[in-house]
Amino acid sequence: MENNNRKGWLYLLPAILFLGVFMVYPLVDVFVYSFEEGYNSASQTFFGTGGYNYSYVLRDPYFLQALKNTLILVAITVPLSTGIALLISVLLNSIEKLRDFFQTVFFLPYVTNTLAVGLVFMILFKKTPYSDGLVNLIIQFFGAKGVDFIDGPYAAKMFVLCFYTIWIVMPFKILILTSALASVDQGLYNAAKVDGTSRLRIFTRITLPMISPMIFYLVITGFIGAFKAYSDAVAIFGTNLNAAEMNTIVGYVYDMLYGDSGGYPSYASAAAIILFAIVLTITVINLLVSRRHVHYS
Amino acid sequence: MKVILEHLTKKFPSRNRKSKEEVIAVNDFNFEIPDGKLIGLLGPSGCGKSTTLNLICGLQMPTGGKILFGDDDVTNLPPENRGVGMVFQNYALYPHLTVEQNIIFPLQNLKGADKLTKEQMKQKAAEAARLVQIDHLMERKPNELSGGQQQRVAIARALVKIPRVLLLDEPLSNLDARLRLQTREEIRRIQQETKITTIFVTHDQEEAMSISDMIVVMKDGVVMQIGAPQDVYDDPTNLFVAKFLGTPPINVFEGEIKGGKLLIGGQEVLSVPGAADQEVYAGVRPEGFILDPEGPLSCRLNRVEVMGRDISVISQHDAAPGVMIRSIISAENQVDTTGAEVRFSLKPYKTHIFNKATEERVRFDIA
Amino acid sequence: MGNQLEYELIEKKARQRQRIRRIITYVFLAFWAVMVLFPFYWMVLTSIKSYSAYNSEYIPKFYTLSPTLQNYVDAFTAVPLARYFLNTLIFTVATTVLMMIVIVLAAFAFARLNFKGKNFVFVLFLSLMMIPNELVIITNFVTITNLDLRNTFLGLILPSVTSVFYIYLLKENFEQIPDNLYYAAKVDGTSDFRYLWRVMIPISRPTLITITILKVIECWNSYVWPRLITDDENYFLVSNGIQEIRENGFGRENIPAMMAAVVVISVPLIVLFLIFRKKIMAGVARGGLKG
Repeated sequence: MENNNRKGWLYLLPAILFLGVFMVYPLVDVFVYSFEEGYNSASQTFFGTGGYNYSYVLRDPYFLQALKNTLILVAITVPLSTGIALLISVLLNSIEKLRDFFQTVFFLPYVTNTLAVGLVFMILFKKTPYSDGLVNLIIQFFGAKGVDFIDGPYAAKMFVLCFYTIWIVMPFKILILTSALASVDQGLYNAAKVDGTSRLRIFTRITLPMISPMIFYLVITGFIGAFKAYSDAVAIFGTNLNAAEMNTIVGYVYDMLYGDSGGYPSYASAAAIILFAIVLTITVINLLVSRRHVHYS
Repeated sequence: MKVILEHLTKKFPSRNRKSKEEVIAVNDFNFEIPDGKLIGLLGPSGCGKSTTLNLICGLQMPTGGKILFGDDDVTNLPPENRGVGMVFQNYALYPHLTVEQNIIFPLQNLKGADKLTKEQMKQKAAEAARLVQIDHLMERKPNELSGGQQQRVAIARALVKIPRVLLLDEPLSNLDARLRLQTREEIRRIQQETKITTIFVTHDQEEAMSISDMIVVMKDGVVMQIGAPQDVYDDPTNLFVAKFLGTPPINVFEGEIKGGKLLIGGQEVLSVPGAADQEVYAGVRPEGFILDPEGPLSCRLNRVEVMGRDISVISQHDAAPGVMIRSIISAENQVDTTGAEVRFSLKPYKTHIFNKATEERVRFDIA
Repeated sequence: MGNQLEYELIEKKARQRQRIRRIITYVFLAFWAVMVLFPFYWMVLTSIKSYSAYNSEYIPKFYTLSPTLQNYVDAFTAVPLARYFLNTLIFTVATTVLMMIVIVLAAFAFARLNFKGKNFVFVLFLSLMMIPNELVIITNFVTITNLDLRNTFLGLILPSVTSVFYIYLLKENFEQIPDNLYYAAKVDGTSDFRYLWRVMIPISRPTLITITILKVIECWNSYVWPRLITDDENYFLVSNGIQEIRENGFGRENIPAMMAAVVVISVPLIVLFLIFRKKIMAGVARGGLKG
C-alpha cells in the first residue's frame, strides 16, 4: 500500500502544483493584498494594514459608477434573458419541423468570439459622419429620432450593453431549458389534456414546477455571470470603459490592476472581494428563496 | 354512456422515409359498447389497442370513421370537451402536488356554470378518495406512495369529474403479482359501484378475462373477436384468438379432415360431421383431453405434474412438432407413469378446428 | 342534435386556434433566428464591400453587387492578423494538450488509485470549483509579472492548464468503467499507466472529446488574461488583436477591413461547431458555462 500511496500523489502532483500556485495561493494572497495599505507595485512595499482600501474603493466614483452599471445590467438581463429563453424553449418544444435548424441557429452566439461580434454590434448601433448606422435608420424609418447608442446618452448605451449581453447568454439558457422541457414526462401533459386543463394552466401548474430546478439553476448562474460582466462591455465600448461611463465591477478590478489607471493591486483586491461578497450574498438569498418554490423530484 | 365506434381507422405516415407505406394502427374498428359495461381491449403489444384508447379519449385523431358517445359525435373533438377520465399506464401523477391536489386538479379546470367552490371540490375529492380507499393519504406526495396506492390516486383523479367514459391504459402492468390480483378486483368493484362505461387495455388475457363484461381481441390493428370472455374462450373465431386466450395455452396439432373425421397423424381421433375435407390445425384445450387407455390419440409420455386438485400430463406428439402437449385432468384419475405412452380421447366442444391456410374456424356439428 | 352543432363549433374553433398558434410560433422563432443571424450576415456583407462603397452608403445596402476580397488582403497585410491567428492557435493547442494531461492523471488518481488522504484532497478540489476567476487573477498577474513571464507563451498558458470541473467530470466518467476490467488487466500484469493509456482513455473518448472541444472554445475566445499579460503585439491573441485593430488598426476607420478580420476570427469556431454540433451542445448542457 505504501507504494500505491506515493503513486497516487504522483499522479495528482501536476494538478496540485498548478492549483496551488494559481488558485490556492492567490486566494489567500488576495485577502492579504486587500488589507495592505499604500502598496507600491514597483518597490513591492506597503506602509500599513487595515480597511483603508475598502473604504477608498467604496468612495471611488468610478467604482460607484461600475457598481450602478453592474446592478442595472443584472436587474435587466437576468429576468429578461431567462424569460425570453423560456418562451423560445417552449415554442421550440412545441414544433417538429425545422426544430433542429432553429436549435442550431440559436446556439451560434455561444461559439462566437465575444470581442469580435461585439464589433459588429458596435457598427450596427454607432452613429458616424458617414452614416447614422442601421439601427438608427430603422428607428428613423418609424418616425422617431435617432440616437448615438455608442457615444450618446447613458440609457442608450445601457440598452446596447443589455441587448448584447442577452444575445450572448441566450444560447446556454435555451439549451438548458429545451432539454429540461423535453425531459418532462409526456404522460403528465396527456393526463392534464384529458382532464380539460387549459394551456396556460398546464404551463403554470405542471410545466413550470417540473422545470423549476433548471430555471433556478439558470437564475443563479445568470446572476453570477451578469455580475462578472466585462468583455461584452469592452467589445462594444472599447477598453476605456470609465470614460464611456460603462465600466463594470470586474472592469474596475482590471483597470486598477493594469493599464493607464493600473498599478493598484490592493484596490483591485478590495474591489474583487466586495464583488465576491455581493455575489455570495445574492446566491445565498437565491438558495433560501428557492427552498420554498422549487420542486425537486 | 353508450360508446359507438364506426369504421374507426388510424393510419400513421411511415417512419421510414424511403418506403411510402403507411402504418395502419387501427383498421376499420366497429363496436357498440353498451352503457355501464367494463370492456377489456386485449392483444399483444403493437396490436393497436392503446391507439384505440387514445382515439377514444381524443389524444389522437382518427384518419377515418367515427366515435360516438351516446348520440354525440365526438370524433374530432379535443379531449377536454369529451368528458372522459383516463388512467395512464405509469399513472402520470403530478409529482409536485399532494394526493388531494392531484385529485382536485381536474375539478379546477371546470368553467362557467360547472365551476365549483373550494369546499365542493374538497368534498368531491374526498368522495373519490374514499371510493378507492386512499382517504387517509391525502397529504402525501406521489413518490411517498406504493405502486398500488399511486394507481388508486390515478383512478380517483380520473373519476372525480364523474366522466362519461373511463379509460384505463394497462392499469395493472406496473404492479407486482399479488397487488395485481387485488387491484383488478378493485377496478371491478369501483366500476360496478359507479356504473361508468369503462374501457381498459391490457396484454394480459387472464386480467381481461377475469373482470371484463366483454373483451375485444385485436391483432395488427384488426379486431379479431368481440364477446363475453367465456364465449370468446369457448368459441374462438380463429387460431390467433384460440392461442391467445387460456392458460395453459391451447394445444395445436396439424391434421386433416376426411369424410367427416378429424385425423391427427393419420389416426382418426374425432368425428366432425358437417365439416368439409381440408388440411387443418386442431386446437385442443388442456381440459379437453380424457385419459382413456382405449383412446385414439396416442402421445409419448414426458412427465406428470401433480398440482393438488388437478394433474397435468405433459407429453409429445409428432403432429405437434417441437411443443409439449399439456393436458389437465382431474386428480382422481390414475396415470400410469411407467409406460412410455399415454392415450387420450378428445372432448368435441373443447376441440377447435381451423383451416390450415386461412386459420379461420372450421365448424362441425357436435352430436 | 343541438349538441352536435355545438360540437362542430368547438372542433372548428380548436382547429383554428391551433393554426394561429402554429403561425405565431414560427413567426416568433423566425424572428429570433433573424436576430441571431443578422449580425453574422452583416459582418460577412460588410467585409466584402469595398472601403469607398461602404463609406458612400449613408443608408447601408443589404446586398452588394461588387464584392471584393481586398479587405481580407488588408486584414492580413495591414495588421498582423496572421500573427494573432498563429498565436491563438499555439496558445489553444498548448493549453488544451497540457490541460488534458494534467486532468487525465488527476482523474485517474481519484477514480482508480487508493491512497491516504484521497478523499480529503478531493473535497478540497471540489471546494475550489466555487472560487471565481476574478478573485485569483490579481495575484496571478503579479506572480507572472514577478516571474518575468509577461509577453511569453508560458505566462499565457500556465494559469489555465488545470480545471477542477473537468477533473471532476472525467473522474465521474472513469468510475463508470467496471472494476473487473482493471483486475483483469492487473492479473495480466498490466501496469497502471498502461491500463490508463490503453483501456481507460479509449473507453472515455467521448467525454475527452467533449472536454477538448469546450476547452478549445474557451481558449479561442479568452480575452481578459491575455490582455493583462501581453502588451507586445507579437503575443496578442485574436481577441486582443481585434481590440487593437479596433482602436489603432488600419490607420483610419476601415470598417470593412475590420469586419474581414472579424469573419476570419469567427470562422474556425463556427466550422468546428457545425461539425461537432451534437457533441458540443450535449457537452455544454452537461455543465459548460461561458466565462
